[in-house]
Amino acid sequence: MKTVYINSIGSISSQKTFDNSEFLDDIISYEDNVISVVNPSYRDYISPGDSRRMSKGIKMGIVASKIALNDAGLETVDAIIIGTGMGLLKGFEKFLKALLDNNEQFLTPTSFIQSTHNTIGGQIALGLKCKGYNFTYVHDSISFESAMLDAKLMLENNEANVVLVGGVDEIGDYTAELHKLIHHIKTEKVHSTKLLKSQTKGVVYSEGANFFVLSNERQNTSYALIEAIKTYNTLGNININKVVSEFLKENNLDIETIDIVVLGNNGDITHDYFYNDLSAGIFNSTQQVYYKHLCGEFNTASSFGVWLASNILKTQKLPEAIKLNTIEASKYKTILLYNQYRGENHSLTLLHKC
Amino acid sequence: MSRGVAITGMGIISAIGNNVEENYESLLEGKTGISRVSKIKTIHRDDIMVGEISFTNQELEHQLGLSSDNNYSRAALLGSIAAKQAIVNAGISNINKYKTGLISSNSVGGMDMTEAHFYDYFKNEAIQKYINGHHSGDSSQKIAEQLGLEKSFVTTISTACSSSANAIMLGARLIKSGQLDRVIVGGVDCLTKFTINGFKSLMILSDTFNSPFDEDRKGLNLGEAAAFLVLESDKVLQAKNKPVLGYVKGYANTNDAYHQTASSDNGDGATLAMEKALKVAQLSSKDITYINAHGTATINNDLSEGRAILRVFGNDVPLFSSTKTYTGHTLAAAGAIEAVYSILALQNNIVFPNLNFKTQMKEFNITPQLELKEKELQTVMSNSFGFGGNCSTVIFSKKQ
Repeated sequence: MKTVYINSIGSISSQKTFDNSEFLDDIISYEDNVISVVNPSYRDYISPGDSRRMSKGIKMGIVASKIALNDAGLETVDAIIIGTGMGLLKGFEKFLKALLDNNEQFLTPTSFIQSTHNTIGGQIALGLKCKGYNFTYVHDSISFESAMLDAKLMLENNEANVVLVGGVDEIGDYTAELHKLIHHIKTEKVHSTKLLKSQTKGVVYSEGANFFVLSNERQNTSYALIEAIKTYNTLGNININKVVSEFLKENNLDIETIDIVVLGNNGDITHDYFYNDLSAGIFNSTQQVYYKHLCGEFNTASSFGVWLASNILKTQKLPEAIKLNTIEASKYKTILLYNQYRGENHSLTLLHKC
Repeated sequence: MSRGVAITGMGIISAIGNNVEENYESLLEGKTGISRVSKIKTIHRDDIMVGEISFTNQELEHQLGLSSDNNYSRAALLGSIAAKQAIVNAGISNINKYKTGLISSNSVGGMDMTEAHFYDYFKNEAIQKYINGHHSGDSSQKIAEQLGLEKSFVTTISTACSSSANAIMLGARLIKSGQLDRVIVGGVDCLTKFTINGFKSLMILSDTFNSPFDEDRKGLNLGEAAAFLVLESDKVLQAKNKPVLGYVKGYANTNDAYHQTASSDNGDGATLAMEKALKVAQLSSKDITYINAHGTATINNDLSEGRAILRVFGNDVPLFSSTKTYTGHTLAAAGAIEAVYSILALQNNIVFPNLNFKTQMKEFNITPQLELKEKELQTVMSNSFGFGGNCSTVIFSKKQ
């Protein structure tokens, strides 16, 4: 089986991450319950005509993918695999509102087409003239991990050599209001630095696109290698500490080999205990990192976590703002990421320095 | 990646039957499930035909034994029914015994509830339970729960009308690579106003019975369905010695990279998918004895697919038909229900006829199979193509 490398990255997030020559040099703080992204100049990548027609999610996906391809010095890839938890909400909301408001009359297909989950993958393929494998995963907080797992399977078994993988979600304003109603999004504004102390239900919601070129051939500029990815639909009554211990054992690792654990805490008082259990449990002597105060929560926010870990492994730098405890790792070699959303769809991702 | 992928169970609910046996009976009798829409209030009622499942949500909830405070969308209900049938058919009693996964697929998730309650959520607390059921992963999580799957790989694919063909493909790859011992794969979509109006706005809905590969075809009929297949590894089969219904022999997914919603005139993506699937199966085009075509009966698909079939098979085109004349186009579920029909064809050595055909297309001289035909079948190819240029081919075989 071949080894799988992260050869390049491209990120659009609530931080200024679209420039790969920087790594969170200037942290942006927010005081809100729904935050958007720091936009790159989309016109540098997409023609004005196309840009007007495309929804935000499609634009973010195309541009983040181009940043990653440029970073790897590639024109095209063998396969394109996208994860998007909620899909293209703007197109869906627009079409459904038009349908309901005008009693099914006077509808045009544009927003219907742009609501289809695999539009981002299709548009990227169209732009790259890439006739290869093209999948879209839409499974809540493991949408991105499913995409990465599929790519890893392909590359390990030589079904492809270079795969573009991305996680994208866009904010839908109406959907966000509905999720506030059921307290999945916080009803009050929270300052980024106080996210984990909020003691309230729900998350600070956001959007973003994080893309990666994965390959079974290492480059001098590679960021990391992917050792393992595992997802769990539910955990039943089993404690998260036990689940992670089992995972490490399956991969012939012990707790001490994990230099940094990257946790997906989002400040939701009803579900952050999974992370807190690990912080106080098997990882109480490990350096802990969190990131959702920087990028917000969305179904593919964990792809920002992978972007973050990739950068730590490549640059061997770790920004102050992401430190969750005071323990300092002696080396940045092996990073474990753990994420879940509302107690379901847990994922463990193990990255290693190249 | 050399292990065999056996199909050991199937479950299905569609407009032509509530289980595998009923679907098979309808296919044999040439009985279509296409009718006027009855369960959805739409102004297009008299302009379209659909393939509806007769059970109401209440009846499905009762069959699943759900309490009245459940928040199942119709997709979650239909998916649970079909997946449970597949598990029973495969004789599985302890689902967590082997490394088992679920790969489902859909195109609009819980859209039926979203469109019914969209503006009322703010006024009525009782219906707010459906808000989080909108996203596509929700029904898959519920199906997994119905099957008793815990701590497992459960995911959802959404690549429009090729979704469940892709679920079968991923499942086969996970078994072949040894990552899973057993995986339940398939898909579900229910009829919604959203999809009816979406396809209506694209002007590809027929006002009468769909007639694939006919010169005068007028477009597709939407349908609702769910189907799941149980795929198992050699390891499980050796331990259990259970009957095998067929094998997943080859598969491929490609992209047409031509247009967001239309297929290229020459079917580039479709041609590539069929060729690659043959390669994975280590078969030549001559080995295929029947093609269950995508055949949606849109002007664009049937021309593009027909040309692609000619490019792959040359002068030796095998028998082919589209079973969408029975079920309608069930979108994300299409690949899975047509996988069930492909296995039924293999098991019974029968080619199902393409209904409603009258006039030969003028662009080429291939004609779909028009009568029920008994024929020794060894391998069946099933095509599924979708928006976003997504093209999938899966090849099923009687023997490993």
